[in-house]
Amino acid sequence: MSGSNGAVVLRVENLVKHFPVRLGAYGERRAVVHAVDGVSFDIRRGETLGLVGESGCGKSTTGLTILQLYRPTAGHVHYHGVDLTRLKERQLRPLRQKMQIVFQDPYSTLSPRMTIGRAIAEPILVHGLLSKADVQSRVAALLRDVGMNPNYRNRYPHEFSGGQRQRLCIARALACEPEFIVCDEPVSALDVSVQAQIINLLQDLQRAYGLTYLFIAHDLGVVKHVSDRVAVMYLGQLVEQAPKEGLFGNPLHPYTRALLSAVPVPNPKLERKRRRTILEGDVPSAIDPPSGCRFHPRCPAITARCVQVAPEWVEVEPGHWVACHSAT
Amino acid sequence: MAVLLEVRDLETRFRLRKGYVYAVNGVSFQLEEGETLGVVGESGCGKSVTMLSILQLLPPAGRIEKGEVLFEGRDLLKMDGRELRKVRGAKISMVFQDPMTSLTPVVRIGTQIAEPLVYHRGMSMSQARRQSVELLDMVGIPDPETRLREYPYQLSGGMRQRAMIAMALACQPRVLIADEPTTALDVTVQAQIVELVKRLRDEIQAGIVWITHDLGVIAGLADRVMVMYAGSVVEEATVDDLYEDPRHPYTEALLGALPSVSETAGRRLTSIGGAPPDLVVYPAFCPFFPRCEYAMGRCQEQKPTLTPASEARDPRHRIACWVDIQERRRA
Repeated sequence: MSGSNGAVVLRVENLVKHFPVRLGAYGERRAVVHAVDGVSFDIRRGETLGLVGESGCGKSTTGLTILQLYRPTAGHVHYHGVDLTRLKERQLRPLRQKMQIVFQDPYSTLSPRMTIGRAIAEPILVHGLLSKADVQSRVAALLRDVGMNPNYRNRYPHEFSGGQRQRLCIARALACEPEFIVCDEPVSALDVSVQAQIINLLQDLQRAYGLTYLFIAHDLGVVKHVSDRVAVMYLGQLVEQAPKEGLFGNPLHPYTRALLSAVPVPNPKLERKRRRTILEGDVPSAIDPPSGCRFHPRCPAITARCVQVAPEWVEVEPGHWVACHSAT
Repeated sequence: MAVLLEVRDLETRFRLRKGYVYAVNGVSFQLEEGETLGVVGESGCGKSVTMLSILQLLPPAGRIEKGEVLFEGRDLLKMDGRELRKVRGAKISMVFQDPMTSLTPVVRIGTQIAEPLVYHRGMSMSQARRQSVELLDMVGIPDPETRLREYPYQLSGGMRQRAMIAMALACQPRVLIADEPTTALDVTVQAQIVELVKRLRDEIQAGIVWITHDLGVIAGLADRVMVMYAGSVVEEATVDDLYEDPRHPYTEALLGALPSVSETAGRRLTSIGGAPPDLVVYPAFCPFFPRCEYAMGRCQEQKPTLTPASEARDPRHRIACWVDIQERRRA
């Protein structure tokens, strides 16, 4: 993919998103879900930053909070130097054209009562980019861009398969000529044969329009394939971030290592020989995250310090960041 | 080795308001003793319906049109309900994809695991409870005595799936059918379950049928693999042959479409154009031909049956395809 030496498009600083919840049979206990707890990274023009982690680690919340679809509890998101967290909704709206999102489930994110032509035209009309007369040719062009027949524009979403619907969601995200797209598990709901079509499409569009992606996924194979750099998340925090080769070739955090070792590879000979690091137990609750390093209850390399002190986010090699006492 | 379970020419369809969904169209396979058979395919290819047909657990709209399921010298499809209940959960048991919906939310874990022991083995409830402690211990659930008294919602996804496996193994079945048992789980938990099954399969000596859409999981687990597409088996081979020497165009494309953590250079994924066929129309031809890059005239006229692949290392390597892709690759 394109080089990652471009200018910083988006700078995320110490992003925090907490959700207050009520527990107990009568909602009598108040608690806080620490969904995202101090996440920082940069995304450069034209690159794909992969964000991986298991379910509930806060990766989707990170994506939504960056786009200000959730307002952060603390922290900043700078888009070309503008701090989005300080803007009012009205001030944000013009910027939203440039920042779009593609969701996981193409079944629930298209309105069943709207023809696909209208669904794609809607953002263009909302932002007043084209007149009603000109919008039709733009919709046709967008449909062609995502590999769909423009004559389908008067059909409804139920007439399309999962892969085709995901193409429509991508066309809608592209409608306002965005610069940055959050791809939130865009292929997880699709079968392997269709998944490859969508991945190839996203890559082609990135090259054609110089798009910048934050690619959120739990499938490490997919993330490795599409990303320039990869960040690994665990219980609301980043544990490691590096260029793709560094992260997959030389993982430093014990969690990254365990995650990589848990992924089965489609090669029987390799699979039989592999020795796995199997993590014990499950991911702890984000309501009451563990003290010190959040990974310490499951970590195979635990020390006394890990229980008490949260490790710092350190750059151990150029571009390779890790938060672990034993890796630094 | 002795054949444990044999399915012959199974056809299952679902009734719609108008017409049918032709879900399974002539599936045949054998499972040998102590063998792990992987069944791979995309959603809607009929892999689950095939297994549900074996135990006749189909929803009301589903009907088995023809076929035989031979187990211990008898045809399961000819048994009545009473006889069948002696097989289900005792000799052939099943683990489903989502442990939250396949465990009863209102009954304690211990009682649910004890139930098959009481029913099939005639144990008293207290005997069965003691046995359940051992079973939970076997599947690696810490502190089993406490867990037995808990309800499913108190267990994590991985724990629930372990409990499901304990329940399925309670009566020491000869065949264990696992229908996407790790699909709903995270990779680190999936690895735990896969390791558990690998460890247990030597102890329990059962034949395992493992259904999945993940070609990675099955690579490390299966002895043989069967690839399904649109209600038919399109390829069947040992696990090594399938990955190293796939002969059906669909298998070849599927492997090419898979991004893997083990690959080094950035290649473009092979995408398969289009989507799987809608099975409301009976596929009287090769169901893959509209998406197949090798397709020729005959493919749209006649449906190929499973036949041995040419020049295969293993005579049991079979494909359902008119095209010899070996020859095409050389040309």
